[in-house]
Amino acid sequence: MNLLSLPLLVWLLPLPPLAAFALIVLFLNRSKRASHWTALAGAGLSFIGAMVLFFKAVRIPELAGNPIGSTINWLPTGATWLKIGTVVDPLTAIMLFFVAWTVLMIFIYSIGYHNYGQPAGKNDVPGLPPHGAEISDHGHSRHVPSVEPMYSRFFALISLFAFAMYLLVVSDNLLTLYIGWEIMGLCSYLLIGFWYAKDSARKAAVKAFITTRIGDVFMLLGIAALYSFTGTLNFREVFGNPATMQALTETLSPVFGLSWAGLIGLLIFIGTIGKSAQFPLHVWLPDAMEGPTPVSAMIHAATMVSAGVYLSIRFFPLISAGWHPGEALTPVMTILAVIGAFTALFAATIAVAQNDVKRVLAYSTISQLGYMIAALGIGAYAAAAFHLFTHAFFKALLFLGSGSVIHGMEHGSLHSSEHVDVQDMRNMGGLARKMPITFWTFVAGALALSGFPLVTAGFWSKDEILSGAFNSANLAVFITLAVAALLTAVYSARQITLVFLGKPRTASAENAGENKPVMTLPLVVLGFFAIAAGWIGIPHNFPIIGKLSTGWLQEFLGSMLQFEAEVEGHSSIPLMTSLVVSLGGLLIGWLLYRSVKKADQPDPLQWGLGPVFGLLRNKYWIDEFYQLVFIKPALWFAENVSYLFLDKKLIDGVIHAIGKAGLWFGSVLRNAFDLPVINGAGDGLAKGTKTSGRLFNRLQNGKIQHYMGLAVLFLVITGIIVIYYAVAF
Amino acid sequence: MIPLSWYLILSGLLFLIGLLAVLIRRNAIGILMGVELILNAANINLLAFWRYLYGYNGDLRGQVFVIVIFVVAAAEAAVGLAMIISAYRRKNTIVANDIDLLKG
Repeated sequence: MNLLSLPLLVWLLPLPPLAAFALIVLFLNRSKRASHWTALAGAGLSFIGAMVLFFKAVRIPELAGNPIGSTINWLPTGATWLKIGTVVDPLTAIMLFFVAWTVLMIFIYSIGYHNYGQPAGKNDVPGLPPHGAEISDHGHSRHVPSVEPMYSRFFALISLFAFAMYLLVVSDNLLTLYIGWEIMGLCSYLLIGFWYAKDSARKAAVKAFITTRIGDVFMLLGIAALYSFTGTLNFREVFGNPATMQALTETLSPVFGLSWAGLIGLLIFIGTIGKSAQFPLHVWLPDAMEGPTPVSAMIHAATMVSAGVYLSIRFFPLISAGWHPGEALTPVMTILAVIGAFTALFAATIAVAQNDVKRVLAYSTISQLGYMIAALGIGAYAAAAFHLFTHAFFKALLFLGSGSVIHGMEHGSLHSSEHVDVQDMRNMGGLARKMPITFWTFVAGALALSGFPLVTAGFWSKDEILSGAFNSANLAVFITLAVAALLTAVYSARQITLVFLGKPRTASAENAGENKPVMTLPLVVLGFFAIAAGWIGIPHNFPIIGKLSTGWLQEFLGSMLQFEAEVEGHSSIPLMTSLVVSLGGLLIGWLLYRSVKKADQPDPLQWGLGPVFGLLRNKYWIDEFYQLVFIKPALWFAENVSYLFLDKKLIDGVIHAIGKAGLWFGSVLRNAFDLPVINGAGDGLAKGTKTSGRLFNRLQNGKIQHYMGLAVLFLVITGIIVIYYAVAF
Repeated sequence: MIPLSWYLILSGLLFLIGLLAVLIRRNAIGILMGVELILNAANINLLAFWRYLYGYNGDLRGQVFVIVIFVVAAAEAAVGLAMIISAYRRKNTIVANDIDLLKG
């Protein structure tokens, strides 16, 4: 580390994926092999850098007080500078750890997911998922998966995505964070619409882009407000400066009677609502499943949605400005708690009724993000970051696992020449024996998601949040989250049961097979973290095994805050609750769905819930509601008011009138001025010259005596005049 | 002594004869002769004024002036006749009105 100082390493950290992106786009896109190796090299370099930084950072005592990083002046703005810089503090270190691991695993997995090494399909076109190729060996032909036609493009885009995420994580200011944030928005748009020839993918891409943009506008307002109030966008300069914080906390903003800190926190949080898909801006995320599965994992686990929660965690000092543990929540914290808890429950209920294997996970993600937001809202800062950390691993694992399932099903579908929806869980079943590695890793992820006691990461982080809610006496939040946890366990068990247990319900499932190591290896690695990632955060006061733990994570992250992290007694009620909801939910899910024998059988829940089930399956008709209330009027307005009235009538009318007036004025000028005056003068001059020339021509007749006569005549006349005047005067 | 006006009248008449010859004669040589007459009218004028203004007191300026004009007139006559001969050879005429190549 002599050559490469740590602050410099932080600066360099995001760059390898960017270089990979540029290389692939500019030079290497013809070669699939060169593309994925370049992308892997970029991600690998950043991974190594992130690991070095992480392990260096955790050894630095008082890291929160003296983070690794440096700042430079970037853009001059009058007398001051817009500064940018990078920083590694405890929160960044935690983020770096899971971002680096998940990103690298997703990159490796993508090679297998896009069928590298398989022949190109005859009917494959860029913009559509590969249809599969026909190869013949030993006389008879068979169908095999074919390689993705836009393989290089995919690796270029996820490299850019990884760059943006690293940039966002190491930024020490809102400016570069926002840049990373928006690059990710762009990448998610491009990647969700990766198969752009599909109408649904195009629509999903536009939806994701526009929906997150709504949040981003408010976030930008928050950034502007922060800058105009404090004159800096640097986190430490804002949060670490007691005078600034006090001014922010005590000055009333013009909106809703919030303090400036609260208002800025709220605006920034609205950015999070868009990015982390919280109610009411959650609608884009399930549709984002149109992208390839590694993209879903990228968006849902490693990067984008984490970025939203990360931002809120980062701005917790502003959100909670003026609040101390044990006091009543500030208005903005209440908003966070309500939105988070509501989203957690709301999305979990929808997830229970979905059939698409990835959509279940999408709603599950929304629900889990709601957990984190709710945890922040009740002041459980470390618990929120902890859940973000563990969730990233097990959700990436689940998405990659579901991708592996889909991939295996596609294989079976090609093999059996059967055309079924390979993402529909009703068409699966019995895959445990066909795909053992996928099965076991998926179970690890699903158990972590449902908070299976003691062994899984999800248990520890979720338990932290529940006990945080209980101990801070926010009972409503506690109950909501507990119910959501129950539903989480139910849909996890439902998913495992429908996908892996029982007997295959279609020929595709019958013929499905395990994937190559390039896909299963990342699953195993992530599976390890899905179990083990929780151990760093076992609370110190947990019964029995708490004694073995140091509660390292809580201390590490808690040092980020100005006040001491809340050290509460570990009541047994939240612990019992999380045990009951987790195990009970898993049991209910298994009991309900083990009876599903046929693909077209109605869902067991349908009997019990009746019309409510339809409501859940259709996601509370929120999409339809938005369509009716926002999109249709907007389209109507665009068509009738903007286009037909404003554009066609008003603007075109004015422009045409101006055009006509110009034409009229021009013709008046021409007829009244140009033709008579300018042309007339020119013509007259020419004509006059010609006429006078013809006139005087007669004098020049070449006859010497005429000349002489004229001369004499002139002489005589002149003489007479001269003499006349000489005599007269 | 004959009064000055007589000389002036003589020179005026001579000038008019010359002028009429120049304006009216068709023959280019006649025109040239008219020009000579005009020059000589001027000479008479010069001599008459010289004689009446300065007299015989050794002043020769008037006579020198006239002699210079003779020289000029001789040269002019030589050039003029040469041009007339040249024109005659080319156009076979010496009628001034027929030599009108310079008309506009």
